[in-house]
Amino acid sequence: MSALPTTENVLTIRDLSIEYTTDRGVLKAIRNVNLDIPKGSIVGVIGESGCGKSTLISSIIRLLAPNANVPNGSIEFEKQDLLKLSEDDMRKIRGARLSIVFQDPMSSLNPVLSIGRQMTDIQYRDKKTMSQKRQRSIDMLASVGIPDPESRLKQYPHEFSGGMQQRISIAMALQAEPSLLIADEPTTALDATLEVQIINLLKELQSKMNCSILFISHHLGVIAELCEHVVVMYAGEVVEQGTTKDVFRNPTHPYTAKLLECDPARIAQKTRLLPTIPGEIPDLVSLPPGCVYKNRCDKAMEICDSKTPSWTDFKDGHFVSCHLVEAT
Amino acid sequence: MSTVLEIENLRVRFRVQSPLVALLKRNEDPYIDAVRQVSFKIEEGQTFTLVGESGSGKSTLALAVAGILPVADGSIKFNGDDVTKMNSQDLMDYRKQVSMMWQNPVGSLSPRMSVGGLITEAYKIHGLKDRDREVEASRLLQMVGLPKHFSERYPHQLSGGQARRVGVARALALSPKLIIADEPTAGLDVSVQGEILNLLNKLQDDLGVSMFVITHNLNIVRHISDRTAIMYLGRFAEQGPTDDIFANPRHPYTLALLSANPEPDPETINKDRIELKGEVPSLMNRPRGCEFHTRCPYVQENCKEQKPAKKQSSDNHSYNCHYPLAGS
Amino acid sequence: MKDVIRRVAADPLGLMGLCLVTLMVVSAVLAALIAPYDPIALNIMDRLQGPSWSHFLGTDQLGRDLFSRVLYGGQVALKVALVSTGVSLVIGTVLGMIAGFGPRWFDNVIMLFFDTIRSFPTVMFALATVALVGPSLSTVIIVIIVTQIPTYGRVVRTQTLTIKSSEFIKAEIVMGASTFRILTVHILPNVVGPLLILASMDIPTVIALEAGLSFLGMGVKPPTPSWGSILNDGYTLIRITPWPIIAGSIPLVLVTLGFTFLGESLRDQLDPKLRKSL
Repeated sequence: MSALPTTENVLTIRDLSIEYTTDRGVLKAIRNVNLDIPKGSIVGVIGESGCGKSTLISSIIRLLAPNANVPNGSIEFEKQDLLKLSEDDMRKIRGARLSIVFQDPMSSLNPVLSIGRQMTDIQYRDKKTMSQKRQRSIDMLASVGIPDPESRLKQYPHEFSGGMQQRISIAMALQAEPSLLIADEPTTALDATLEVQIINLLKELQSKMNCSILFISHHLGVIAELCEHVVVMYAGEVVEQGTTKDVFRNPTHPYTAKLLECDPARIAQKTRLLPTIPGEIPDLVSLPPGCVYKNRCDKAMEICDSKTPSWTDFKDGHFVSCHLVEAT
Repeated sequence: MSTVLEIENLRVRFRVQSPLVALLKRNEDPYIDAVRQVSFKIEEGQTFTLVGESGSGKSTLALAVAGILPVADGSIKFNGDDVTKMNSQDLMDYRKQVSMMWQNPVGSLSPRMSVGGLITEAYKIHGLKDRDREVEASRLLQMVGLPKHFSERYPHQLSGGQARRVGVARALALSPKLIIADEPTAGLDVSVQGEILNLLNKLQDDLGVSMFVITHNLNIVRHISDRTAIMYLGRFAEQGPTDDIFANPRHPYTLALLSANPEPDPETINKDRIELKGEVPSLMNRPRGCEFHTRCPYVQENCKEQKPAKKQSSDNHSYNCHYPLAGS
Repeated sequence: MKDVIRRVAADPLGLMGLCLVTLMVVSAVLAALIAPYDPIALNIMDRLQGPSWSHFLGTDQLGRDLFSRVLYGGQVALKVALVSTGVSLVIGTVLGMIAGFGPRWFDNVIMLFFDTIRSFPTVMFALATVALVGPSLSTVIIVIIVTQIPTYGRVVRTQTLTIKSSEFIKAEIVMGASTFRILTVHILPNVVGPLLILASMDIPTVIALEAGLSFLGMGVKPPTPSWGSILNDGYTLIRITPWPIIAGSIPLVLVTLGFTFLGESLRDQLDPKLRKSL
């Protein structure tokens, strides 16, 4: 399986599969996923419901549900396979080398503690005095654009608006200067004007701190603007990966092409009939053989019914998993 | 074409302090205006879209039009009769002619009722005993493209897209003249958003029903809307034919919203992107003068003190701004 | 509903609960057929005997067969449990729904009413009632109904308040549904789940309450057997023979265990968050 050279990556996922044991059977949530996050870059993940992005994130931070099982794969982060680490070692990494921002800022913020308290608490690993930690919190809040941070340290999360709460979550996530920030749909719940502010903030912070960002979203415009590389997921598999320019300009996998077609923002002409992708994702408990997208693909061939396509580098780091490409 | 709905100078207030507290704090006006001085018309067979961000008052306006919120000032005239002054008999008639689709597709369906029961409940409520509920349920399901057996399903067994369609079917039960659609695409994947919008467009073409759509997703507005209004802090900042609003936005807020939408095309750099400063002010502390002045990139001195008068360009395009943007 | 019962039966805890409860109900209902002796028949010759093949649980100080008394006592327990739980459920639910859905002032009045009842210690309340109307099974039932109403009423009120602001309730209002329809068709079915669990966990409390009141002499009049009165008799005889006390305790323990297991299993099955698999 060919892939980008891994020496320059902060995170390398190879052949990762994750299953859940359920009442109805084994649910194959993620199958043979490859993902590369080069150092200091922003990688976007595009996927719709059921694509497996939540499972992917949970596996990177090693907080999978008890009925999850990892039959194969590796997640290499800073020269360590995260799947093989002990819980203690994993805890040292979480929040320090690797952190996460969620769609709902109240997932990260404790409603009964003041912001200042929370921001100094997470500095528990540092051997600094309280006033130094406090100052660091103030600096961090200022860098994410919270006005007059010193006076707001004693306020509680509910006293801030949604946009501000998200900024605080970002401040907390970046406080320890992690190598990788995972952002799980951080702007989906925000209005467009706030979304713009957060995107610009992330761009700024990323270049200042040179951390890498894994940005998950189903908002194509945001991905196009923010991310250098993009990964397209469908029903538990990565179907296409490459630079954003390449993938958006030359979408090679039929799903990517159709998805871009469906985005109303790309449809310049006013129309009463918008394009859609008919059908639904297959049942991940009883997956039929062959390509997972075949029942919705307008270019499906006979081979798609029986054989799963392989991950092919068809042009300078632009990867795709599709029989149409293999054929050429 | 006749006017189906005419709103004039509407004001909807909410009490924020109990009478005792207001007395003690000497607050003579313990209310906030969620909707203020709003006027617009919806013609037969047309779609009127209301665009606004959180806190703009759009949901409140929708609920007021649906007749479940008390109105402090102004009128809501449906075919000439003022809804705010109706007795309960007339109000029941109104409810037969105006129905609503809700933002939360599954949450707006009573969890213990079957789909068939839900979509035909209106007949039961309005005492239409001559209708055969099974026949009607099949008919309505067919209209929204769902198979007949869905009649026996329960809300928790539906996907987001399916639940939305059930919501449409329910709204159509009594062949209303006007459908209020609150965020019809919220939570839907891009590949299925088109399905709901195409359905609404088709129903409008076939049945001539008018629609009042509320959304914060500007991308879809162009494809479904005849007239659009932009709402900020409870007022209409701008209002006019959709094509005009998109081609010649006159209010800076409209331009900011339009430019906040990142293009899903990494090659185009959004040169005209306007980043608004700060956040939406609290309704309890409305800015003086033009209420948008605290965030406006083109703010001038008199914007801070004087309220702008309503201006109008040709063909029913109105806006409230001292220095409207030049039209092209 | 059938599905829930099936799931409860599949759970070992639930199965045990179901068996114990069924045992109690069946033995009480069929007491006339199963009981080997007349529960109030005196037989001084055979008094204070221990368990034997002719008297499974022995006899009391008047020679009455304890096993038969326990069986007939089950009838009293069942009557009290069903009637008082049933009536207080209905009244509590109605008051709770109106309090939750209606105007604020009405809610305040009902809550005041509930809190007043709850602030009375049950035994005091029972004593006062007995002093007014005299001891009998009806007295016990009335006391229990009144003290249980706030228990159910509060739960229903909280559930109603939560559901009231749901989007589907708003949808019903916009469609024109009457308040009555909303309460009966849309709120009541969503409130019943937690109520069932509460009721089944409460029944042993109610039965124990009746036993306690009868023990204190405020309940059924002798010679009618009630588990409480059997315990009372046994209490005075404890230095002589332990069997009457044991006889009175066994049914109480079994019934309490049975309903508690049943209630817990019901709760586990009805609350999706507690379900073990995905």
